[in-house]
Amino acid sequence: MKRSLFPGLTLVFCLVFFYLPLAVVVVGSFNDSRFGGDWRGFTLKYYNQLLRDREIRGALENTLVIAFWSTLTCMVLGTMAAFALHRHRSRLQFFHLSLIYSPLVAPEILMGISLLLFFGAVGADLGMTTIYLGHVTFCLSYVAMTVLGRLQDFDFSLIDAARDLGASSWTATRKILLPVIAPGIIAGGLLAFTLSLDDFVVTFFLSGAGSKTLPIYIYSSIKRGSTTKLNALSAILLVVTFLVVIISHFTAGRLDRSEKTKEAKASG
Amino acid sequence: MTHFLEFAGIKHYFGAVKAVDGVSLTVKQGEVFSLLGPSGCGKTTLLRICAGFQHPQEGRVILNGVDITELPPEKRKVNTVFQNYALFPHLDVFENIAFGLRIAKRSAVDVRQEVERMLDLTDMTEHARKRVVELSGGQKQRVAIARALVNRPQVLLLDEPLAALDLKLRQRMLVQLDSLHDEVGITFLYVTHDQGEAMSISDTIAVMNRGKVEQTGSPAEIYEAPRSSFVAAFIGDTNFFDGVVKEIDGDYSLVAIEGLGAVRVFNDKQLKVGGAVHLSLRPEKIHLTVAEPPAESSRNISRGEVEEIIYLGSATKYWVRVGDYRLAVNRVHRRFGLDEKPIRWKDLVWLSWHSDDGYMLERYSEADEELLSLPDTETETEPLAVDGDSHE
Ligand SMILES: Nc1ncnc2c1ncn2[C@@H]1O[C@H](COP(=O)(O)OP(=O)(O)OP(=O)(O)O)[C@@H](O)[C@H]1O
Ligand SMILES: [Mg+2]
Repeated sequence: MKRSLFPGLTLVFCLVFFYLPLAVVVVGSFNDSRFGGDWRGFTLKYYNQLLRDREIRGALENTLVIAFWSTLTCMVLGTMAAFALHRHRSRLQFFHLSLIYSPLVAPEILMGISLLLFFGAVGADLGMTTIYLGHVTFCLSYVAMTVLGRLQDFDFSLIDAARDLGASSWTATRKILLPVIAPGIIAGGLLAFTLSLDDFVVTFFLSGAGSKTLPIYIYSSIKRGSTTKLNALSAILLVVTFLVVIISHFTAGRLDRSEKTKEAKASG
Repeated sequence: MTHFLEFAGIKHYFGAVKAVDGVSLTVKQGEVFSLLGPSGCGKTTLLRICAGFQHPQEGRVILNGVDITELPPEKRKVNTVFQNYALFPHLDVFENIAFGLRIAKRSAVDVRQEVERMLDLTDMTEHARKRVVELSGGQKQRVAIARALVNRPQVLLLDEPLAALDLKLRQRMLVQLDSLHDEVGITFLYVTHDQGEAMSISDTIAVMNRGKVEQTGSPAEIYEAPRSSFVAAFIGDTNFFDGVVKEIDGDYSLVAIEGLGAVRVFNDKQLKVGGAVHLSLRPEKIHLTVAEPPAESSRNISRGEVEEIIYLGSATKYWVRVGDYRLAVNRVHRRFGLDEKPIRWKDLVWLSWHSDDGYMLERYSEADEELLSLPDTETETEPLAVDGDSHE
């Protein structure tokens, strides 16, 4: 009854490989030592400094503003793109699909360079707006793809049924189609949010004066050699990202049920 | 009111496919009207035209004296039970049924009362708060019916509502559907490809074939007096013969059938000596005996050998070889085992049938033959896949 040790060892190795660097960062954020290395005792002072650092607060604000607006834009545009892709099948739509799909596979640096050249050509000033537009270009694909997946599973005879029961075309869309595909839109939105939150490459090309986001700030402060607060900052980012992923994982299943209880309350 | 729902010259083509090709029908108030036909004959398309999901390229739909052809689905006083039920997955049973009432902005008290009445009528009260995915096929079907009926439509459209259920459940639901119809008294327009289903539930049946209505009538009319051989073959089991008129004697004529002999048949249509005749003879109209029946001028008599026997419980089905033909014969047991000797395989038997029981028809086309999936009737008359009298 001797089981092979190999699978277990592989698992441990993988976990160590992926999470040791993260663990080092998190532990480091509580280590009372200026340059890492030895453990010099527990401290929260980096978190304290972080909160008081105006530059970081500004960067955080920029990041959140951009992530919020690009997510919102992508949820609307991506859902519309998915509808168009699903409803009308033609040559042109194949082209459309490739356009939507390409940001998922194109190297990010290419996206960054081309966007930079484009904004240069049209004479736009780099800043928050250009970063926002850049993020929309690639986040859009993720929303469109998740919604398209959900739409492909959608049974359009439900719309016929709703209209048969007296709902106008718009009411049927609002009361039947949207609630059924909502988990897809929300999952796509959360994905877009995390992607926008930690994007570096595209942002780096498109940021101008006063439009530093957190990833850009982290990069530049490492170059300046001040890493003390970065561990704490990274630990926070890590937690936030994990939270978003967990939320997005659970909403998909939860949403179907919450819709039901909401309706039940309305009737009861 | 005789003309409650009327289809007038409806045409709808999908490119080259003539889905509905000039259909005119009238449905009476309160009746169960079935559209019956093989797959692809345009039943669903006609139903969708009635519901408003499809705009006919030609023709009008008139409901209760009002032309509804141009109305969108939500403005029509008809409701549909969809083939796949199309229940809303994000709502529970109660909310599915309440959907139409909520759209109509009925008061909360009204909604509750009406939905509870439908739940009660369909025996779904205990499942009111279940999610759609938690329901069985039969339960889903009942929710679909309740959801449609709660709006008190003038016509209820049902598109093969039982097709997704297994045989036992189908029979039970059919009975329930029938008693439900008696209870609510709403006009049903019922689409099915199952002739047994149509026969047992309908007041009127329209048999459709390739976009056209072949015949409209009561189940008995359609069965006893099919207007085309397509109808005869689609509704139940039958034997077909091809013959030539040899002699005309008043209402009857003597028809020579190659490989069988001469038979006397009632003239269902105008005939000329030498004209071709296609004849249908239902298996239960043939009388099978061991002893030679007394000769009568009104009866056709022939002798054959039993080739196959299938015991059906209430009846026995025989295939008897007579000349070039293999005739299907149904025989109900009455005095089985008493004064009748059982008939065995390879026994020689007598077949007799009344001259009025043969029925003259148009021969169906080659294309129809495919739809009916009949064997070549020139040489043999085999049992058909569709079975006329064994629907339970
Ligand atoms: N949207 C459509 N586009 C193109 N052709 C169609 C469409 N809907 C139906 N057809 C064609 O029209 C014909 C009639 O279809 P319909 O669905 O009315 O048949 P049916 O009698 O309901 O058959 P079944 O018993 O298989 O449901 C078929 O040949 C079908 O292929
Ligand atoms: Mg159909």
